[in-house]
Amino acid sequence: MDLLQKLEILADAAKYDASCASSGTEKRSSAGEKTGIGSTEGMGICHAYAPDGRCISLLKILLTNSCVYDCLYCINRRSSNVRRARFTVEEVVTLTLGFYRRNCIEGLFLSSGIISNPDYTMEQVVRVARTLREEHGFRGYIHLKTIPDADPALLLEAGRYADRLSINVELPTEGSLAALAPEKNLPGIRRSMGRMRLRIDEAKAERKSPRFAPAGQSTQVIVGADKSSDRDILAMSTNLYGSYGLRRVYYSAFSPIPDASAALPPDHAPLVREHRLYQADWLMRFYGFSAPELETDTAGNLDLSIDPKLSWALAHRDQFPVDVNTAAKEMLLRIPGIGVKSVNAILRARRYRSLRMDDLARLRLPLAKISAFVIAAGHTGGSAGLDGERLRQRLTPRPVQSDLFG
Amino acid sequence: MSRSVILPHEVDWGGWRSAARALALEGVPPEDVVWSVRAPDDLFADASEEPAAAPPAGTFNVPRALVDLAQTVIQAREPARFALLYQLLWRAHAGERHLLEQVTDPDVQRANRLAQAVRRDTHKMRAFVRFREVAEPEGTRYVAWFEPDNYIVEANAAFFVRRFATMVWSILTPYRSAHWNGEELSFTAGAARADIPDDDRLEAYWRAYFSSIFNPARLKIGAMTSEMPRKYWRNLPEAAAIPELIRGAAARVSTMVEAPTISPAKPARIPDAAPPTLDHLPDTKLRRAAIEAASCRACPLWEPATQTVFGEGPADARLMFVGEQPGDQEDLAGRPFVGPAGKMFDTALAEAGIDRAAAYVTNSVKHFKFEPRGKRRIHAKPDAGDIAACKFWLDLEQQEVQPAVTVLLGATAARAVLGRVVTISRERSRPIALTGNRQALVTVHPSYLLRLPDEASRQREYAAFVADLRQAMTLLDSSAS
Repeated sequence: MDLLQKLEILADAAKYDASCASSGTEKRSSAGEKTGIGSTEGMGICHAYAPDGRCISLLKILLTNSCVYDCLYCINRRSSNVRRARFTVEEVVTLTLGFYRRNCIEGLFLSSGIISNPDYTMEQVVRVARTLREEHGFRGYIHLKTIPDADPALLLEAGRYADRLSINVELPTEGSLAALAPEKNLPGIRRSMGRMRLRIDEAKAERKSPRFAPAGQSTQVIVGADKSSDRDILAMSTNLYGSYGLRRVYYSAFSPIPDASAALPPDHAPLVREHRLYQADWLMRFYGFSAPELETDTAGNLDLSIDPKLSWALAHRDQFPVDVNTAAKEMLLRIPGIGVKSVNAILRARRYRSLRMDDLARLRLPLAKISAFVIAAGHTGGSAGLDGERLRQRLTPRPVQSDLFG
Repeated sequence: MSRSVILPHEVDWGGWRSAARALALEGVPPEDVVWSVRAPDDLFADASEEPAAAPPAGTFNVPRALVDLAQTVIQAREPARFALLYQLLWRAHAGERHLLEQVTDPDVQRANRLAQAVRRDTHKMRAFVRFREVAEPEGTRYVAWFEPDNYIVEANAAFFVRRFATMVWSILTPYRSAHWNGEELSFTAGAARADIPDDDRLEAYWRAYFSSIFNPARLKIGAMTSEMPRKYWRNLPEAAAIPELIRGAAARVSTMVEAPTISPAKPARIPDAAPPTLDHLPDTKLRRAAIEAASCRACPLWEPATQTVFGEGPADARLMFVGEQPGDQEDLAGRPFVGPAGKMFDTALAEAGIDRAAAYVTNSVKHFKFEPRGKRRIHAKPDAGDIAACKFWLDLEQQEVQPAVTVLLGATAARAVLGRVVTISRERSRPIALTGNRQALVTVHPSYLLRLPDEASRQREYAAFVADLRQAMTLLDSSAS
């Protein structure tokens, strides 16, 4: 099998991992260096976008798509008839450097099916990173998928070379994991995340301690392959952010795979559900919401037709309208249609003048959406508009997002 | 009287700055200045610079933020930018403090929009420049063709130097070309697309990667084009694959959905691995208990926690310490007393001359009980139910170790071992008889020492704690004799 075919198979096998982030690592540069290549400057770069709207920042591939596990949602599981391939360490290194020199990528995101045992697999993955860093002086971004319960010494080495490490929890509850990924072991995953957090914190707190994954750790959960509700998923996220200091939890709507298992839904989960979960996740991390505050239906799911912040506001109309000239930041952050940047802009601008609706328009805020929820100079807010079902109807986007539903 | 300033090229920051400074010092209002740029071809044809007029005496400070903004805005492809920047400078000079903070001011807003466009363009250039490899007699050179919307090549070249310092490269654009020879950056006039090679040996691989990483079940064309507008496509080798990927997506998905499904394989027998934190324990009844406890579900505390934190120490230890429950750090590490309270504990042990490795150290409750609060987990005190649920393990540890002396660190430990509510202040420092000729000693939990508000009480309480530990040693010695 030639390298091009391997690349096709092993990129195809990697595409169900949503993460492609290359941000938030230490600053590195090649300026003034005689050998090696690459730089990282805090903010990652998306070098291309595929027609699925996803950013392509890293060369995201598997070392091999052979796997001893049989996780039902996974295209690479043991019982699938998918074509198998395996890169050599040198092949991955060559492709990474070749694409990097052409400015196609920020670096490498390497994962692997489990071959023989966790330690062997992890050892192969680490070897790629070591070769890139030590033999080629590669200063670009490296994200390694960590194999749960691999030897802690290998984990330590992985953290030395990688910017980010990740382990996917895949499913939000232990019950779902037992049903769909019987060979995965949630305690083992959590133990590894705990160990990584300790190392990451240690490396951050003390300059002398060995370098360890400066861009932190992340995880991914598949949405819609099991019966878990959004509430289950968000409770899991809250726990993971709090326990392991994750940079990100990625939500990946279950999408059909070739050679699907009989035990799975045949069609995909609505992409808009994934979108709402990301919005809820953002509300928890940057807007001061906690998971239990978010509005869900009796089954514990977020409203698909409107965003979770608007949903909260409609259920808490007594807290509105909010005066943009006097309200505390915490409350400004709860106004539907106003983001963190805009809140900061409002706080800055209102120090110098009393803000009117035209000022808010100049900040490019969606007046139609916010007008019922705010008071501004010369605008008394929506006492008239805040009551009744009309408001919800008026603010519900028309269901034309065929793109979102695929 | 109207004044005219002709800048030698589009991003002549130095020229604009000295002209603007001089005009402001002279008191020339913005409406009296006409800014323009010499025709582009003149730049490289005529290298001789006119001698600059002596700047007027005097100086004034410009806020750093305005300088930063101006350096960005000057790169915008907007003829009025020089005048706009002078207008802002004029207003700042006239005493308008915090001018840039007034984000709803029309001038500030225009400048911010231009800066935003420049930043976006800069970012897109970093993203979408694609080098092609050219073999030349002197070595390999990398050449790219890019069409920026703004005058960003000069300012952006440093980024490519930082990243590709050890390569020899050129980035050609319609208005300016940047070259790096491995040591020095230089700029020449604009170029044409035909000046770069047609193909590159790796482009087929990159296109294959782009096509394979695309998930046809998630077609979101709008999301792609908003970040990668069509105007960039003609210079991106991978973009050639896009139309076919879009056309074929629906058919690929229905093939997948309609394909016959496969039955799951029989789960592989993955041996139940012991948590690695237990690896060091010899194969004793205690170790087997620790492995069993790792999957204990006797109370709901296991679910949000990382792992069971079992006791550790020799099975024949004569001294046992019982704490309350693992904390955040212990939960992550899987070992008791390793966090801040554990460090305090270690210090006090050392001071009392106790070898921790010879003692058995455990907790009353083996899972971390906490409340999630944003990015942190806040310790929650275990209640009677939690203590009761975990008593099985604590009893087993006591049974196996049979320590002569058990030090009960804090009220939870005292309650768990003695089976009644204990007031520490009333019962501390006094030996309490346990069954089988064993003794217990109640003292505070080391985390209590961390919570004390002032240095004096910290010192006093620490000394009392060390004294209790010493007393435990005395008890131990007397029990041996």
